[in-house]
Amino acid sequence: MKKSGAGIFIESLIREKVNTIFGYPGGSVLNIYDILFDNPHIRHILVRHEQGAVHAADGYARASGRPGVCVVTSGPGATNTVTGIATAYMDSIPVLIFTGQVPTPMIGNDAFQEADIIGISRPCTKHSYLVRDISSLARTIHEAFSIATTGRPGPVLVDLPKDVLSTEIEYESPKEVKIRGYRPNYEGHAGQIKKVVSAIIKASRPVIFAGGGVILSVASKELTELAKITNIPVTNSLMGLGGFSELDPLSLGMCGMHGTFMANMALTETDLIIAIGVRFDDRVTGKLDEFAVNAKIIHIDIDPTAIGKNVPVDIPIVGDVKNVLKKLNLLLKGEKKEWERDHHVWLEQIEKWKSTYPLTYKQEKDKKIKPQYVIEQINEITRGDAIIATEVGQNQMWTAQYYKFTKPRTLLTSGGLGTMGYGFPAAIGAQVAFPDKIVFDIAGDGSFQMNVQELATAVKYNLPVKVAILNNGYLGMVRQWQQLFYNRRYSYTALDSTPDFVKLAEAYGAVGLRAEKPEDVRKVIKEAIDTPKPVVIDFVVEPEENVYPMVPAGRPISEMILL
Amino acid sequence: MRHTISVLVENEFGVLARIAGLFSGRGFNIESLCVAESIDPSISRMTIVTRGDDRIIEQITKQLNKLVDVIKVVDLTEEKFVDREMVLIKVNAEPSVREEILRITDIFRGKIVDVSPKTYTVEVTGDEDKIVAIIELLKPLGIKEIARTGRIAMSRGTKLLG
Ligand SMILES: Cc1ncc(C[n+]2csc(CCOP(=O)(O)OP(=O)(O)O)c2C)c(N)n1
Ligand SMILES: [Mg+2]
Repeated sequence: MKKSGAGIFIESLIREKVNTIFGYPGGSVLNIYDILFDNPHIRHILVRHEQGAVHAADGYARASGRPGVCVVTSGPGATNTVTGIATAYMDSIPVLIFTGQVPTPMIGNDAFQEADIIGISRPCTKHSYLVRDISSLARTIHEAFSIATTGRPGPVLVDLPKDVLSTEIEYESPKEVKIRGYRPNYEGHAGQIKKVVSAIIKASRPVIFAGGGVILSVASKELTELAKITNIPVTNSLMGLGGFSELDPLSLGMCGMHGTFMANMALTETDLIIAIGVRFDDRVTGKLDEFAVNAKIIHIDIDPTAIGKNVPVDIPIVGDVKNVLKKLNLLLKGEKKEWERDHHVWLEQIEKWKSTYPLTYKQEKDKKIKPQYVIEQINEITRGDAIIATEVGQNQMWTAQYYKFTKPRTLLTSGGLGTMGYGFPAAIGAQVAFPDKIVFDIAGDGSFQMNVQELATAVKYNLPVKVAILNNGYLGMVRQWQQLFYNRRYSYTALDSTPDFVKLAEAYGAVGLRAEKPEDVRKVIKEAIDTPKPVVIDFVVEPEENVYPMVPAGRPISEMILL
Repeated sequence: MRHTISVLVENEFGVLARIAGLFSGRGFNIESLCVAESIDPSISRMTIVTRGDDRIIEQITKQLNKLVDVIKVVDLTEEKFVDREMVLIKVNAEPSVREEILRITDIFRGKIVDVSPKTYTVEVTGDEDKIVAIIELLKPLGIKEIARTGRIAMSRGTKLLG
């Protein structure tokens, strides 16, 4: 059958089981939009800014585990996606970005709305393609999906010149995708896994350090099993939250710059780190020379480049986390060791750290609302069962600390890039994937304004996302650094011409609520949840509250500033 | 330490930019990079000469391998290999020095590939020491311009890359 490039594009999406895409039209993708106009298989969500499209596709992917897809036009449409792509890249999220491009004969001539998006996005995509010939279009799209979703996932960009989309050829569905330079290793070396068993048996103060890889490889169950068999405590990186229930007695919570005292002390005093799907980011390790100096390190990751990059590793295992943990658990179950008794002293020590310096703040009755209190109440009221997106800054760290994540894919947060403006469109994407779930974006007054235009999207598609703005009147996290390390010189961090968020919400046709007193917090959260519409809640919170514990940049993680 | 790395890549648009971008983006050093089609026209072969401690070289080979367009990476430095470079040297050829240039070129088994009333262009192939040596010898006679290819390399014996 004869099909146009645009037709092949849509057909290929359908073959990849895509039913939802996020996008924004323009001249070079008109042929695609002409098909979308009445295509019954693909739902197109019209965002209000291309950055929002990529974040929404990313949030859709993080929440559902399926790849997120977006379509934008050439030139400015394409360049507007860059922050979204870099965000997905840093957190290894499978997102497909289809960009329009000027017709092939015009490429390189500075044509109207031409941008070398392949060149611009090269350092922040897992891979990218410029389709120069319609005969390779279908194969390229399937390759792009395969690369985005396998191995260490990541964003893949496909640039589609207008002439490729508009010409017609005889369409044949392509056969199996095979890329000779791309063979991720899923298995994990059996000999290395045996070595892990004996290292675990020998250790007396072991700790599991689990990251986003656990969530990406759907290995929460296996991770939990590993912890249960061996009675080894688990700390999560920010990206790993939800991979191990924080209600489990073995959970130490998050580690790193704003991690819990017990997690950071455990990582400092341990004699064996079992690192699973993490990359030893500087926000976790603090000063590298003093990180876990007495520990052996086991590192399991599907990406060989993550292993040995920042810390020297004693037992590296390249493989899919789920596969490796399954094999490891099987071997460990066969071992006769009294795990309870053997880790008793270590777990008691951890318990002491926990009770001496728990996460703490004080909500006084007649004072301003504490942001931590808001998050605790959201946690309680949703019974930890909501999907929580965050923005970046204090709001993000308090969410990581005070919301108790118990399931994978319930926290959507820009960990690697730290992108303000990520949370709201990501929450929209998650709500599209799960129309019946409660989805919150825990936001800052600064961050929310970076993609506030997506309120129109939420209203248009009746996506009842709840935006909880912790309105402190500041770029709070930056202000905190200025307070602690720059002599309280609050240079350009006060947000003193912030709009009235309630009125702003109403202007978009959403619902605006406000809480100014601690006793209003629960009531307003409940009202928001009971409102079947997008809701923006303006929580007027203590302006100069800080996130603690805090490890100053460049210091070892045992040196925490505590409250 | 200096390493010579052979890389087989897809002979496609943009691959060189990916490799160059990897090196510049991650702050790895490139001393030289040569690339041309291999015996299989769908595959190009690159020879990259770089420097770094073991940890950096490990990252370089891993990062190269991670690129979808990269088919194979071998650090030749771990085994016996031959490497060659070619240089073209345009040297001042006043009548008084012509004899000397011819003699030096001959010693290095080079060739004069172009002649003009005032210049000779010398072509020499060899390992780095040889290239450096002839340049040093011709310098006093007045080198006007040189063009070096950078190194290509291959492991010794029957061992193959592909
Ligand atoms: C796009 C972007 N620009 C700048 C920053 C640097 N930055 C990190 S946190 C922060 C303040 C965020 O303010 P707000 O959203 O109000 O959150 P708060 O810290 O007050 O909770 C800034 C500016 C960033 N992370 N992202
Ligand atoms: Mg703020």
